Amino acid sequence: MFQYVLKRLFSTIPVLFGISLLLFFMLRMLPGDPAQVLAGQMASPEDIETIRQQLGLHRPVLVQYGLFLGRLVRFDLGRSARTQHPVIKEVWARLPNTILLAVSAIGLACLFGIPAGILAAIRPYTWIDYLFTSLALFGISMPVFWLGLMLIILFSVTLHWLPAGGTGSWKHLILPSLTLAAFVVAFITRMTRASMIEALSQDYTTTARSKGLKEEVVVIKHALKNAMIPIITVVGLQFGLLLGGAVLTETVFAWPGMGRLIVDSILARDYPVIQGAILIFGLLYILVNLGVDLLYAYLDPRIRYD
Amino acid sequence: MINPWMRFKKNKAALFGSILLLIYFVTALFAPLLYPGNPSAPNLATALERPSIKEPLGKDELGRSILGRIIYGSRVSLLIAIGVVCVGLFIGVPLGLISGYYGGKVDFGIQRATDTLLAFPGFLLALALVAVLGVGLKNTIISVGISMIPIYIRLVRGCTLSVKEQTYVEAARALGTRDLTILFRHILPNVMAPITIQTSLGMGTAILFAAGLGFLGIGVQPPTPEWGAMLGSGRPYLFHAPHVATFPGMAIFFAVLGFNLSGDGLRDILDPRFKS
Repeated sequence: MFQYVLKRLFSTIPVLFGISLLLFFMLRMLPGDPAQVLAGQMASPEDIETIRQQLGLHRPVLVQYGLFLGRLVRFDLGRSARTQHPVIKEVWARLPNTILLAVSAIGLACLFGIPAGILAAIRPYTWIDYLFTSLALFGISMPVFWLGLMLIILFSVTLHWLPAGGTGSWKHLILPSLTLAAFVVAFITRMTRASMIEALSQDYTTTARSKGLKEEVVVIKHALKNAMIPIITVVGLQFGLLLGGAVLTETVFAWPGMGRLIVDSILARDYPVIQGAILIFGLLYILVNLGVDLLYAYLDPRIRYD
Repeated sequence: MINPWMRFKKNKAALFGSILLLIYFVTALFAPLLYPGNPSAPNLATALERPSIKEPLGKDELGRSILGRIIYGSRVSLLIAIGVVCVGLFIGVPLGLISGYYGGKVDFGIQRATDTLLAFPGFLLALALVAVLGVGLKNTIISVGISMIPIYIRLVRGCTLSVKEQTYVEAARALGTRDLTILFRHILPNVMAPITIQTSLGMGTAILFAAGLGFLGIGVQPPTPEWGAMLGSGRPYLFHAPHVATFPGMAIFFAVLGFNLSGDGLRDILDPRFKS
């Protein structure tokens, strides 16, 4: 297992290198002086010159990239062009909100998606199966921002049950989590159904049934246990999808997370913050994928020995 | 052996999806006939008018017909969907073929670049690219298109790895056929099935991504009628004129549903694992 962990850790190095290149050239692809772009429109010539010196813009591109990597390793992402606060502080302040939203959405999605997938699998091609698979397809096809607005119209405008946006109490978390959960529940339902159908057709399930075990025991103890591996993988991988969806959900519900920070920064052309937020999103995504891979290898020993 | 068309016809969900898409394509094609007026012409006297017999979907914040803008918006959304998959196809497919066929250092280089692009969720990557390229229809297509490239590379590479081991490819190689001919005449036709499925599903995703960018105000810009932007501009009026945001969302939903149902149907027909 240790060797597998090491191998998997090493495989992230080229990706991290790629991300750093992408972020480095992102700024240089913009028209105009990168120092001016980073400093913002209101910056004084002295500020722009200071940034130019810090970035080493008068030096060769390779040296500039080296300096950039050095700053990246120290998590020195510069200052926001809007607020002049260090970027890392701005991003760090928003990160817990996004993680809270993502985790509660994944929790809700599992709470609905896994039982729905199991029910669809134990009664394949019946109305229950068609109902849940149709709901899953609707979830995949629905624009998350539209669903969010429709939930606001129903629960906030019409029924006055829940707040339409912002933070402050657990009530504020319900609608954004529901919206984001609908985005991923479809994938979890589909994967659970497919894995359970496969597990229920395996010899060990037939053996369990022939031993006279109750159907619930066969489904939960024998089939579900074996079907959980691909389900866990999908749940983990959906986290990335959630991060993308969080940008829109946070905007709809005025949720002060990283997604909204990116959108506000793009609208204000605050490139240091855009760079920082994209870096953190990328790192988060890599970490989650790494965690899922390791969990997968832990649960299925065949992976480690491949 | 039932022919593919018969199987497609038997798949009710796929048929429903195709009918939905047909409606959208016909609407886009005959938009000037279906709505003869100018969908971007404002009329503030009728701003936020509710749906009525005369104006079935009501009017937006500038008094423009929502139905008219949805009809013309189908042109924009379908153009984006087609443009995006073209970017993905024309760049991703050749790179996937080369990566899978040649292997070695070429494969390593292309795969690490793909890994980097895949290290970001698709919508975030499109968002980051819009931040660099700027807003507008062309940049929306390019940004969302680039976010699709790694998916095509991975898909085509995987299929190429298995197809290149087939006897007919070995035979072509033994006859001295050029690599380019082998790639495009022998391998490509045999990996077309998954590409077709991905293209249908990708068009749905492209519409969702582009609408998302439009909703955030960093996609297609007004007064061009784009569904996501229409939804975004209707957001401030959610409390007293919810129809402004409701109908463009439905247009997006049914278009994406159409592409997803058709993609699923195509998968049932073209993917050998589903043939039994």
